[in-house]
Amino acid sequence: MHGRVLIAMLLAALIATPAFADRYVISVLILVFYFAYVGQAWNLMMGFTGQLSLGHSLYVGLGAYVAAGLWLHAGIGPWLGVFAAIAVAAAVGSVTGWLSWRFGIEGVYFALLTIAFAEFTRIGFDHIDMLGAAGGLFLPVNAEEAGQWWNLRGGPLLFYYLALALVAGATLAVAWLRRSRLGYQWVAVREDSEAARALGVDVFRAKMIAMLISSGMTAVGGVFYAFYHRNLFPGQVFEMGRSIELILAPIVGGLGTVFGPIIGAFILTPLGEALIAATERSGFNAPGTKAVFYGAALIAIIYLVPSGVWPWIARRLGFSEHRQ
Amino acid sequence: MSSILFNVVVQGILTGLVYGLMALGLSVIFGVVRVVNFAHGEFAVIAMYAAYLLFSALRLDPLIAMLPIALGFFGIGYALQRLLINPFIGRPAHEQFILLVGVAIIIVNGLLMIFGPDARPTNLSYAFDSFAIGPLFIDKVRTYAAIAALAVTGLLFAFFRYTHTGTAIRACADNLVGAAVVGLDVKRLYALTFGIGLACVGAAGTLMVTIADATPALGPAYTLLAFTIVIIGGLGSMAGALIGGILIGVSEACAGFLITPSMKSMFSFALLIAVLAFRPEGLLGKRT
Repeated sequence: MHGRVLIAMLLAALIATPAFADRYVISVLILVFYFAYVGQAWNLMMGFTGQLSLGHSLYVGLGAYVAAGLWLHAGIGPWLGVFAAIAVAAAVGSVTGWLSWRFGIEGVYFALLTIAFAEFTRIGFDHIDMLGAAGGLFLPVNAEEAGQWWNLRGGPLLFYYLALALVAGATLAVAWLRRSRLGYQWVAVREDSEAARALGVDVFRAKMIAMLISSGMTAVGGVFYAFYHRNLFPGQVFEMGRSIELILAPIVGGLGTVFGPIIGAFILTPLGEALIAATERSGFNAPGTKAVFYGAALIAIIYLVPSGVWPWIARRLGFSEHRQ
Repeated sequence: MSSILFNVVVQGILTGLVYGLMALGLSVIFGVVRVVNFAHGEFAVIAMYAAYLLFSALRLDPLIAMLPIALGFFGIGYALQRLLINPFIGRPAHEQFILLVGVAIIIVNGLLMIFGPDARPTNLSYAFDSFAIGPLFIDKVRTYAAIAALAVTGLLFAFFRYTHTGTAIRACADNLVGAAVVGLDVKRLYALTFGIGLACVGAAGTLMVTIADATPALGPAYTLLAFTIVIIGGLGSMAGALIGGILIGVSEACAGFLITPSMKSMFSFALLIAVLAFRPEGLLGKRT
């Protein structure tokens, strides 16, 4: 029970943070929330269902481009556009899933297929002139739109609370899904899909639902990304580096746990920011220094706590959220 | 038109042989150690920089520099497997993946710190020479690189086929428990295999310098290229890697010539998706 009190206190603290934090802290926290959110979405696939997707940037990018394109070309606002974004991402996700699982593609092969789809789309978007092609798509900033929160125009506070709401909503949804019948089916598929099939679980259906929910959720993150950054380049949004970035938080935090992606995002993003600050202060200005430390940190974490940081913390605090 | 296309196809085959050698390293490592080397292309780029340095400092032709670089890479691979990767054998795929992604990130950004983002060209004196055979004009550099790649591949085939150690490594790939039971030192053989895999990449990267300029950003691109080739040919199949390399080389060259160069890898990925959908074990692979 004291777990829930702790969560409520943490949430209250995060709601109150903007009252005394400066813009920089807010912008870092927005990033933390973003990675926690997409991490939750990815965790449904890998953590619960055991399907390693290395191409989730595909759904971020599709969500971002669909919503931004509808806004620019049809004047449809993001609150409506997000539904189109979810639909497109879920449709592409289901094609990927269907192609793979119908033909029995598993494990490493599945992971590589997801990369292939993302790369294929990236190069394709480089040639779609209507969406800016390789030159990028920009959401213009007009003075008269400022403060139109219903069009996702506003200051950092708007995005801060929006991102916080996304994480909170996603976490609640994941916690509920984990205890649902579907959640238990996912875990059964992850642990032993043959045994699950023998017990009457429709393995294909369970995986497909995981893919649909995960890709749809990720697309919402993409809409957020588009309207927060207000510029999109295929080479940045769909790149493999983005897919890797997005899966680190749940892996570091703890795969298949509800709080792992959040803890992971709270560790990794500030770590990256601190490394930027440290290299800037030391005056040693070589590009790539931060990323080298980042890579070393990754190796250290996977070496020392392979099942993630959150299960390790939870054991010490006396919580019982182990990997189901 | 048709003779130009013929030229393009031949160029593609020659480039593809070098690609194939690079992919061969990945395939050998996966086939035996069962670890997917997500830092494969990054190692190829290290070899490119090594070849660039040897050429600009000592005027060493990449075709000669290939030997010491491959040897050095063998040592790196052996040590890497022994020290870093061995504890991860048998662990879940995503943990191995994170480990090697960490290695890849360090390599790309380490190179960026040392050499900066600009491309480093290796200007060979015979870079623009070509052989004329009937209607065909074939680049000299590509021809030499392809012959060298074929030679290394042939050596590797012979090693796995005829030597005691090569047979022992194949035994580990076919039946790990059996290999351990008859007393093979699996850890040492794994380290040897990783060394051989990296020696392939080292040789291929050195040859690549004659085709492309060295830049850190090539790392992830080559990793993807090697994956694509190996999946098309069949993970763990040596001949498959070579055939996959040629296929990708030709498809890149034709797409670059017939459509637009920036779309060339889209065709490789389309080919990959088609192969995965209809023959997931690859053209020459065995189903595991």
